[in-house]
Amino acid sequence: MKQIAARIVQAFGLVLAVIILNFLLVHLAPGDAVDALAGQGENSAETTAQLREQYGLDKPVTTQLATYIGNVLQGDLGVSIANNNQPVTELIGERIWPTILLSITALAFAIILGVFVGTLAARKPESGFSHGTTIFALVGFAMPAFWTGYLLLILFSVKLGWLPVGGMEDLRFKGGWFAKQWDLLQHLLMPALALGLIYIAAYSRLTRASMLEVLESDYVRTARAKGLGERSVLFKHALRNGVIPIVTVMGLQFGAILSGAILVETVFAWPGVGRLAFEAVVERDTNVLLGVLFLISTAVILANLLTDIVYRFIDPRIRVAGSNDG
Amino acid sequence: MSGPHWRSMLAVVLAISLFAVACGGSDDDVVESADTTEAAEADAPAEAEADEPEPEFEEEAGGDFLLRPENVPTDDQRGGIVVLGYSGAIPHSNGAVGSGYAVNTVGAQVNASLLRYNDDYQPVPYLASSWAIADDGLSVAIELNAEARFHDGEDVTCTDVGFSIETSQANHPFKPMFAPVTGVDGGDTKSCTINLSQPHPALLIAFSPGLLPIIPEHIFNDGQEMKTHPRNTTDIIGAGPFKITEFDSSEIVRFVANDDFFLPGLPYLDELIFDLVPDQATVTLGLQTGDYDIAGGNDHGGQIILDAQADDNLRVSAKGFEAIGSIPWIQLNMRDEALSDVRVRQALAYAIDKEAYNDIIAVGLNNTAQCGPIQRSSPYYNPEGKCYDFDLEKAQALMDEAGYGDGLELTFNQAQGSVPRMELITEMWAEIGVTVEIELDADFPDWAGKVTAEDSSYQATWTTLWNWGDPVIGVNRSYNCNNRVAGVPFSNMSWYCNEELDGILDAAGLEFDEGKRAALYYEAADIINEEVPVIFLSNQVWYTRMQTNLENPPESIWGFMDSWAEMWVS
Repeated sequence: MKQIAARIVQAFGLVLAVIILNFLLVHLAPGDAVDALAGQGENSAETTAQLREQYGLDKPVTTQLATYIGNVLQGDLGVSIANNNQPVTELIGERIWPTILLSITALAFAIILGVFVGTLAARKPESGFSHGTTIFALVGFAMPAFWTGYLLLILFSVKLGWLPVGGMEDLRFKGGWFAKQWDLLQHLLMPALALGLIYIAAYSRLTRASMLEVLESDYVRTARAKGLGERSVLFKHALRNGVIPIVTVMGLQFGAILSGAILVETVFAWPGVGRLAFEAVVERDTNVLLGVLFLISTAVILANLLTDIVYRFIDPRIRVAGSNDG
Repeated sequence: MSGPHWRSMLAVVLAISLFAVACGGSDDDVVESADTTEAAEADAPAEAEADEPEPEFEEEAGGDFLLRPENVPTDDQRGGIVVLGYSGAIPHSNGAVGSGYAVNTVGAQVNASLLRYNDDYQPVPYLASSWAIADDGLSVAIELNAEARFHDGEDVTCTDVGFSIETSQANHPFKPMFAPVTGVDGGDTKSCTINLSQPHPALLIAFSPGLLPIIPEHIFNDGQEMKTHPRNTTDIIGAGPFKITEFDSSEIVRFVANDDFFLPGLPYLDELIFDLVPDQATVTLGLQTGDYDIAGGNDHGGQIILDAQADDNLRVSAKGFEAIGSIPWIQLNMRDEALSDVRVRQALAYAIDKEAYNDIIAVGLNNTAQCGPIQRSSPYYNPEGKCYDFDLEKAQALMDEAGYGDGLELTFNQAQGSVPRMELITEMWAEIGVTVEIELDADFPDWAGKVTAEDSSYQATWTTLWNWGDPVIGVNRSYNCNNRVAGVPFSNMSWYCNEELDGILDAAGLEFDEGKRAALYYEAADIINEEVPVIFLSNQVWYTRMQTNLENPPESIWGFMDSWAEMWVS
C-alpha cells in the first residue's frame, strides 16, 4: 500500500510539473489570444489594453502561472477568449464524449482487427498472407493519420459516395432514434479507421511475433498432440498468452490515441477535444489549449498509474522488485 | 530509464508536439482587420444645440426592398435548407461590437440593418422604409418599417437605432463610421432623426448589414459588458430574416426562417445551416459530395477555385464582396533609412511584374488593374490613376539616382504561409540589385507584434487590407498621420505622413456631392501613388463556390455579409 501511495504522490507531482511545463511552453510563443483577436478586427489600442487587463495577460508570466495553478487546483481552468468567455471545463465537458467514443472505437478496431490478422499471420509465417500482413503493418505505420484520413475521404466519400465527409451527424437529418444511431455510425466509421489504422498495424505485428513464440511452446504442442482442432489450439489456447503484450502496450498507447485524435478530428470535423485543441492553437486560446493539454497529460499519467497498480496485483515479481527499489 | 522519467519525457513530447502545431500558421489565416483612428476620437461628437431650427431635408429616398426582384421563386419553389461549409470559428453574432467577417455573416441573417446596398452602390430600403439627409448635412431623417419587430415580438424603434449606434461607437473598432453622430431622436416611435456634428456622407453605407445591425435595446441595455454579453451567443434575438436555433461558435449555427419577418414573402428558405469545420479541405470535399450547398468568401485558395470551375456540378461566382474591397499590398516602413527615399520605393514598385505575380501566386484569379488605395469597383476609384507598370529600366535608374545602384539589402517580415509570394518578389527585386532576406514569423500575432512595435525596424511586409465600403471607413486609416499607432495592426503601419493628403481625405469625408467627392479621392490616390507608402499588387476577387441549383446566392457588394433572405433552391 505504501508503494501505491508513493506512486500516487509521484503522479500528482508529475501532473503539477506538466501543468507548469505546458504553461511555460505555451507562453514562450510570441503573441497571445488578444493579438489573435486583432486578426479578426478587434484591434483598437484601448480595446487591446483593456482585454489584456481583463484576462490578466498584462501581468508577469510568473504571476499568471501562480494564478493559473491556484485556479486549476480549485477545478477552474479559466475561460475561453475565443468562445465568448465560456468556461474551459464546460467546453471540454461538451467535447470529451465524442473523443471518448472515437478513441474507444479506434482502439476496438485496432485490437479486434490487429489481433485477428496477427494471429492468422502467425499460423503460417511463410505464407503470402503473413508477408502481406508485414507489408500492411509497414504501410500502416508509415502513413500519418491525417493522410490516411484524406485518402479514406476521397475514396469512400467523393468517389464511392458511401460515407459522409465529416461531422458527427447529417446536418439535414430528420428521423427516429435508430436512424440517428445509424447516421452516427456512418460518420464514426472513417475517423475511427483513420485513427486506429496505425494501431491495427502495430497490434497485428506484435500479435504475430508473440503468437509465433507461443505456438512453439510445449503446451501448444501438447494441445495439438491431444488432437485438438487448429482453430481451438490457435484461439483458445495460444491466443490467451499471445495477447498479453497487447494488453501491456494498450495502456501505454492510450495517450497516443488521444493526441492522435487532434489531427483526425480536425480532418473529419469530429467535434471532440482534439479539434478543440487545434482550434485553440489557431486562435491562440491559451486557456483552452492548456485545458486540453492538462486533460491529456492527466489521462496518460492516470493510465500509467493504473497499469502500475494492476501489475502489482497481477504479478508478484513486480511487487518484490518494487520493494527492492524502495 | 525509470518510469517517472519516461512519463515526463512523454508529457514533454506531447507538449512540444502541440507547440509545433501552434507554429504552423498560414497566411490564409491572416484575416483583415479594423480601423481605429485617433482622428475619429478627435472628431468626437459635440452636443447638439437644443434650440436648433428644424432642418430642411432633400427629397426622400426609398423604393423596392428586393435586390433580385427578377428572380423570385414560385410558391412551390420556396422552402428547403441551405448548408454553408465554413472553415473557422464564429465567436458571436453581434456585429455592433466587432468587424469580423464571420460574425457579420451570421449577424446579417439574425439581425436587420437600416439599409442594404444594390450592385450600383445605391441604398435599398430595409428597416428604413425611407430616409432623407438634411440640406445642411447635419441630420438624417429615417422612417422605420411599420411592421419591423424583433424575434420576440417587440417593435423595432428609434430607441433601438440609437442604442445600436451608441454600442458601435463604444465597442466597434471602426470609429469613423459613427464618430459624427451626436444622438438619435424619436424614442419609441418609428420616425427617427439622426443628428450629426458634421456632414458625414459615409453614414448611409455604414447602415449596411455588416456594419450596423440593429440590436434590441430591451435585451442588451442591462449594464453588462457588450463584447462578452451572453445574449451575443445564447437565446439570440434580432429583427432579421432568420432566427438562430443553435449557436456553437466552433461547430454549427442553425437558423430557421423568421415567419414574422417584416418584409413580405421573405425569407424564401426554411432553414439555413452554417457548418463550421477546422479544415478547408473538408469544405471542398463537402461541396463535391453535395453535403454543402455553398462556400466562399476568403475561405479558399486559387487552385481550389480552378478545380471548382472545372467541376460540372459546381458553379463558381466572381461576383460579390466588392465593397469589402480586398487589396493585397507590400507595406514599406518609411522609418527605414533606405525606404524613406521615395525613389527607392518607386523603384521597388516598378520592379514588380504584377501580371506575373497574379499568374503565379493567385493563379490568374485576381484583378491586376489595381492602381491605387481604393478598390476598383468603388465609385471613387480612378481608372486613369497612375500605375507602376513593370519597368526594370526605370526601376534601375531610380535606384541609381537614389545612390543604391550597387545594391540594397532588405528584410522581408512574413508569416509562414506567405513564403511563395515573398520568394517571387525576392526574385523580381533581385533584378535591380535588391537582396531580400525573408524573416519568417510564426503566425499572425507574431507578425503583428513585430511590424506594429514602437520604433519597429521591419522594412517590408506583405499584407491585405479591406476598403469596407467607403474610404472613410477602410482607406484613410492606412495613410492618416495621426493613425501611426504602435501595437495596432492595420493602422498606418508604413508610418507615412502627408498633411496635404490628410486635408484632402478630410475634405472628401465631408463632401456630399458625389462628383466632387470622387475628384478629391482621385487627388488623394494620385498623392499616395506618387509617394508609394505601399505597393498595390492586385484587387483580390473573392469567389463563391456553390451547387448549380442555388438561386440568388450572396453576390451583393457585401457578399456573405448581407441578408440571405432572397436565396432559394431551384
